Amino acid sequence: MAPVHTSTAPASDGATVPSESRGAALGNLVRRPETGALIGTLSVFVFFAIFGGSQFLSAGGTASWLNVAAELGIIAIPVGLLMISGELDLSVGSVLASSSMTLAIVSGHWGAPVGLGILLALGLGLLTGFLNGLLVTRTGVPSFVVTLATNFGLAGLTLGLSRVITGTTSVAIDPGSPAKELFGTLLANKFEVAIFWWIGVVLVVGWMLHASRYGNWILAVGGDTVSARATGIPVPKVKIALFMGSALGAALVGVIQTLLYNSAQVANGQAFVFNSIIAVVIGGVLLTGGYGSVVGVVLGTLTFAIVQQGIYYTGWNSDWASLILGILLLAAVLMNNTFRKMALSYAPKRKA
Amino acid sequence: MSEPLLKLTDVSKSYGATAVLHDISLEVRPGEVLCLLGDNGAGKSTLIKVLSGFHEPTSGTFEVDGKPATFKSPRDAGEHGIACVHQFGGTFPLMSIGRSFFVGAEPTKGWGPLRRFDRKFAGEVAVREIRALGITRVTDGDRLVGGLSGGERQALAIGRAVYFGANVLILDEPTAALGVKEAAHVLRIIMQARQKGIAVILVTHNVTHAMAVGDHFAVLIRGTLAADFRKGERTREEITDLMAGGEAMAELEAEIEAYQREHAGQVPDPAELEQLADHQKPTA
Ligand SMILES: Nc1ncnc2c1ncn2[C@@H]1O[C@H](COP(=O)(O)OP(=O)(O)OP(=O)(O)O)[C@@H](O)[C@H]1O
Ligand SMILES: [Mg+2]
Repeated sequence: MAPVHTSTAPASDGATVPSESRGAALGNLVRRPETGALIGTLSVFVFFAIFGGSQFLSAGGTASWLNVAAELGIIAIPVGLLMISGELDLSVGSVLASSSMTLAIVSGHWGAPVGLGILLALGLGLLTGFLNGLLVTRTGVPSFVVTLATNFGLAGLTLGLSRVITGTTSVAIDPGSPAKELFGTLLANKFEVAIFWWIGVVLVVGWMLHASRYGNWILAVGGDTVSARATGIPVPKVKIALFMGSALGAALVGVIQTLLYNSAQVANGQAFVFNSIIAVVIGGVLLTGGYGSVVGVVLGTLTFAIVQQGIYYTGWNSDWASLILGILLLAAVLMNNTFRKMALSYAPKRKA
Repeated sequence: MSEPLLKLTDVSKSYGATAVLHDISLEVRPGEVLCLLGDNGAGKSTLIKVLSGFHEPTSGTFEVDGKPATFKSPRDAGEHGIACVHQFGGTFPLMSIGRSFFVGAEPTKGWGPLRRFDRKFAGEVAVREIRALGITRVTDGDRLVGGLSGGERQALAIGRAVYFGANVLILDEPTAALGVKEAAHVLRIIMQARQKGIAVILVTHNVTHAMAVGDHFAVLIRGTLAADFRKGERTREEITDLMAGGEAMAELEAEIEAYQREHAGQVPDPAELEQLADHQKPTA
């Protein structure tokens, strides 16, 4: 059966010679989930370069939005992966706060080694993610509800336990070397080391989604869970792993913030819940799953950070940042929808 | 006649308290198309979900190649060579053709931690297999599946099953949403699979399609196997009646016609139609 194509097809319409041909370049760009996001990032950058002036473009200005992007990105990348698989995680805020408090209490309040505190903080994150995943896959309750419940439950638990153990809601810690250098220092007095953690997360997750076979599983699970299961993909395991990933990202940022500011607060982190979703959606990930890219999420994160920090350099009231973000979110979704439709209908031109 | 590839004995399935399938016994043979017929809600999709490992039967036994087997998951069924394209597609709209062709069985290249998805190979094989089924419009493995027509998607799903060595291919209403030409093409692909010695289980509501390709027919009425016969053993009218759930469609049509004659071409209103239909029901 198989040889049929080799003898007939290429002569007629250049079959089996995929995408690499010349005319396909534009099509390939259109088909990528991050095309809209790239336009968004470039637009806001140019906008603030014009209105924010040289201050925005200086090293200090760059550091201010890169730092915001790095912390947000460490969470947004795994949250994006989870969203590609069709699930949401609204618990990252409390995961961040609880791991942050865990580290501060274990290594600050009780004085245990910082390494132990970090391990426990990350371990707590993984455990929360595991529970989220287990609840979602076992009960079939939408992840929106499950993780919303976890976010509230864990916030209450963190607040309650912190008060019981330390009597306050804010605990100091003196990290010392090398934990401080690894997680919470400023390079050149400006750039957080978190930027390197972010780059690491981008590389690992990017490889996983786009190059490894597991990426295909994640896309399949998000695209059509029933069919994915039919092909033998262990859907519950994939989802549980992804919930653990997003919680680990949040816990890592909790550790980074605690070691950077030498203290932890119970109320930290709730802003990340919606900010991460905004970054992911601006980055071209389809809210219902099955479509998206790591590069897109990186661009979405950068767009978010540039708007949030860029506003300070314009001299305008920073209240306007949220308005811009709201409009941007809507515009991004509309643009991404358009690009997705173009991607669906794109087919290489056939020679007559 | 050849040995059955798949044999069900007294298979029943209940969802909680609702019994959906009652004591189904069936034999599926290589190189044959088994048409599974029945009205909406008769239990066709449920039966093939049991066959493909999505649901475990409540009772009853399976034999594959004469050996007892149990399917705890679709993966188990897949390992026994049973592939299922479920109702409404079974492909991933926003994935590329190459990626979706190899979901769950991704080809990789490279070694150790650098082992990665072989996109080029996946695209080439997918396009080749789809073209081998006569869909020559598909030339680019990077195209998204959602941009394909319904028939092309069915070809992708069938091509995939054949490529991975399925010997039982289950298709749930593959021609349901298709135009005449595309449906004909899908039927031709089914015949191609049959010729390779694959057993095909085809669920359809279309008598013409069933009669065009079927070797063997099984009719479900409210979860019981109401009829099990081979090609040529029943007339088209008999099959139509069975598919309508045992009600004599032909007679119903005749009565509607008679009504129209009496009432000067007026069509009976729904209540009256119901009465006509009730009148038809075998008094059980
Ligand atoms: N998960 C479920 N839980 C409870 N009842 C179900 C479930 N799935 C199906 N049913 C019931 O089982 C019966 C058979 O459904 P099934 O989907 O097998 O019918 P079908 O023959 O495929 O119909 P159609 O031709 O409309 O596709 C229906 O009455 C349906 O309501
Ligand atoms: Mg059905």
